Amino acid sequence: MSASERYDAIVIGGGHNGLVNAGYLAKAGLKTLVLERRDLVGGAAITESLLPGFRFTTFSYAISLLRPDVVHDLDLVRHGLMVLPMVSTFQPGYDGEYILLGADGDANFHEIARHSVEDAEAARELDHQIKRLSRALKPWFDRIPPNSRSDDPSELAAMAELREFRDGLDSDLRELLERFRTSSAADILDEWFESDLVKALYASSGIIGSRCSPRDKASGLVWLFHKMGDYDDVPGEWGFHKDGNGGFTQVLARAATAFGATIRTGAGVDRVLYDDGAVHSVRLEDGSTIESPLVVSALDPRQTFSRLVDAQDMPTDLMNHLADYKFEGAAAKVNFALSSLPRFPGLEQSDELFRGFVNIGPSVDYLDEAFADCKAGRFSRRPFIDCCVQSVIDPSMSPPGKHVMSCFIMYAPYHLADSDWETQREPLGDTVQATLESFFPGFSDLVLHREIVTPADIEARIGLSEGNIFAGELIESQLFLNRPAPGWNQYRTPLTGYYQCGSGTHPGGCVTGGPGRLAALQILRDRASAKLA
Amino acid sequence: MVRTTPFHERVAPLNRTGIWKHWSGYLVAPQYQYSLNAEYYAIRNAVSLLDTSPLFKYRFTGPDASALLARALARNIQGCRVGRAQYTCWCNERGFVEQDGVVMQPREGEYRLTAAEPALRHFRSLARKWNLANVQIEDISSDFGVLALQGPLAFEVIRQLTDAATPLKYFRVVQTTIDGREVTASRTGFTGDLGYEIWVRTEDAIAIWDALMAAGAGHNITPIGTTALKMARVEAGLLLIDVDFKNARHTWADAERETPIELGWDWMFQRLDKDDRDFIGRVAIEKERDQRTSRWVTVGISVDPADYERVHTEAGIHPRRHELYSESTMSLYRRGGKEWDYAGYVSSLLASPLLRKPIGIAKLPSDLVEPGSEVDLELTVIRKPSYVLARVEPTPFYDPPRKTALTNAEVMA
Repeated sequence: MSASERYDAIVIGGGHNGLVNAGYLAKAGLKTLVLERRDLVGGAAITESLLPGFRFTTFSYAISLLRPDVVHDLDLVRHGLMVLPMVSTFQPGYDGEYILLGADGDANFHEIARHSVEDAEAARELDHQIKRLSRALKPWFDRIPPNSRSDDPSELAAMAELREFRDGLDSDLRELLERFRTSSAADILDEWFESDLVKALYASSGIIGSRCSPRDKASGLVWLFHKMGDYDDVPGEWGFHKDGNGGFTQVLARAATAFGATIRTGAGVDRVLYDDGAVHSVRLEDGSTIESPLVVSALDPRQTFSRLVDAQDMPTDLMNHLADYKFEGAAAKVNFALSSLPRFPGLEQSDELFRGFVNIGPSVDYLDEAFADCKAGRFSRRPFIDCCVQSVIDPSMSPPGKHVMSCFIMYAPYHLADSDWETQREPLGDTVQATLESFFPGFSDLVLHREIVTPADIEARIGLSEGNIFAGELIESQLFLNRPAPGWNQYRTPLTGYYQCGSGTHPGGCVTGGPGRLAALQILRDRASAKLA
Repeated sequence: MVRTTPFHERVAPLNRTGIWKHWSGYLVAPQYQYSLNAEYYAIRNAVSLLDTSPLFKYRFTGPDASALLARALARNIQGCRVGRAQYTCWCNERGFVEQDGVVMQPREGEYRLTAAEPALRHFRSLARKWNLANVQIEDISSDFGVLALQGPLAFEVIRQLTDAATPLKYFRVVQTTIDGREVTASRTGFTGDLGYEIWVRTEDAIAIWDALMAAGAGHNITPIGTTALKMARVEAGLLLIDVDFKNARHTWADAERETPIELGWDWMFQRLDKDDRDFIGRVAIEKERDQRTSRWVTVGISVDPADYERVHTEAGIHPRRHELYSESTMSLYRRGGKEWDYAGYVSSLLASPLLRKPIGIAKLPSDLVEPGSEVDLELTVIRKPSYVLARVEPTPFYDPPRKTALTNAEVMA
């Protein structure tokens, strides 16, 4: 590699936001290079084959919040975008009880009414209110947030617009938004529902990927965040990309390449190099350097501000905020290869159970107890498990008749009190398997292979600090105006030419593409005004 | 899994079309035979039998039942004395309609209410909010099946089975027995014709169906599907939820919501000055009435038959009238002046088999609602928009005296 290599833009990290960002920059005519440390792009959104014919979504496993603009702007359909429906949600309870929801609202009403007629009605109303709220919030999800620390007239105007928006919301939506910001998922659920199983069905959205119990205040906002997406224009629903989320990031890679971007794997960046507060190149782990006046970090805030550059060179307000910025991953994955479909007693003949999500977590108490273990510094002895038998949705995921089952596990704290993850990996796998066995008798006999991904693995393999899947918790002090820090939430950094575009920026985690897109808009806008100046 | 009504065992083999649809999660027949008109004319010229069991049904009992309904429902429940039924609606605090339904008091202190959409939690929440502890609100939707016996010969059928319903005045209700089984019979319906609705306990459903079919055998009793009912209700000027208006609870924007005044239900509030009820939406409704802020008036429109003929003839085609029933929104424009001068819309359109012309339920601004006011209806003729003269017409479009006739003799006339 020659030291004279030169690009208009370098994107560090080939996760989905890095690829989106590179796609936009390349489309705008910049000679763009993506540098990925691993030998495949996708970051947390990858599909890997650990044994012949079986394909695992190692980390991220479903899609909903992908911004529609990204699909159209980057021409993703032409490059193979195909999001398959996940039409069912199966929520087993205790003693053979269950809720099995599908695509029909009236059928779902009657299914929930088996547990509580009032809850069935409440579910319809709450779902509608959340849809209205998420619709109202969407314009703010999809724009560069205002800078709350700036006295620039345009920023003051944007902050005023934000206040007007809040005041102008329908009063029921304003109240609901306040509820989500200030209450736990459990408190909100107690207000709406009486059945423990119905509450459990909803509560899981309030904890996914987050170090909180559904009884913690933070869970309200986590819940709302997970309802900001849609599947095929059905708000709040989720889908499965053909070939897994790795299939999706391959689409992004093809799109970015088609726009002229260069993607280089096996190219870990050691350092961003700068002089007089302006970047000029990056140094790779092999010691070579590549020049570019524009460097975009798709890594998380800790990597962006403490590893790629010298933290000493960063302003204290930013570093003070980042010192308190919460990562502390609390989730793990266990992926199974199965010889056949698991069976639920009483529904042995039904193939409807596995056409979407299976939600293992039969009550709010169950989830709360699972979190008590997390607080005590150990993984949950009875974990919450979000399962998807992805081969039912997409047959290309497994050999005919066999299946892959992705299991997302809460809680698995990054910091273990009395042990380490090397020791606890297999016990975690055994616990997950035993939990599944208790809901699906005979489950263990079906297991051909299992892959256990601990928070330590997430950090080590894809660089997400402390294994946090969102590149930082989804809490109000780390969202929107504050992601990753107040005043530093507009994708810029203290260095000229250095930008951030990872999930640690607005709108945040999940496969959204939003940070990658909005960072590109900011970069292109800054370039345009620099040319004018 | 789709659910079936208590009459399914009987209606399933009668459906010769193989066509089914879902109504609130229940399997129902939109039509039983290939000719919709044959089912429609059973309503207008013989007697029809319709399974309306998928309606939600609630029972209110206890000393606070009437106090709850007085505040929860927009129309005054005081008028719903024992043995009476009322067409009513309920609104939200902003005065937008949530649902319409029929409330009845078949026995002293027992009220029953039908609803198109779930409302149990709604009424229970109100009771809790208003500290009305002495009211029991039950969802009796699956405890009862409901049959609508409608048409000029409905009287001939029901009188063979019970004396209690003959005579039974319009919007009266009676507890009686058929074939030794307790039923609730009301002189109500959604067809605008002579008719009864009969509530039967689920376990009695098959027996009552058989009794009605046997009693109607000599009168060409015809099981009908939901489409024939919908055709008849347009002639009756009756609005259908999710077609002519929406439940405000499930809407997104005010433009989708309507007030009872906008829906033409101001007759429900004629005596508000003598009525001190603090019912939900009252403040908004009074304000709307005082300040005349209604955005729409709901009216009937009828399409000029000659003009309807003309637009088709000019296009070289035969005009479509046969079994034309549409729930698609069609635009109405002011005539004469500017082009594309939007005035309002039609939400239900029927080429009325009996009235021999297309009629519709429409929303128009207040200056266009006098009977005879002329508007242009946008019609698609061979895939192109074309405009046809329509006039505002009072509803019901069709209102036979037998619908409300008091005596046996009048009913049979």
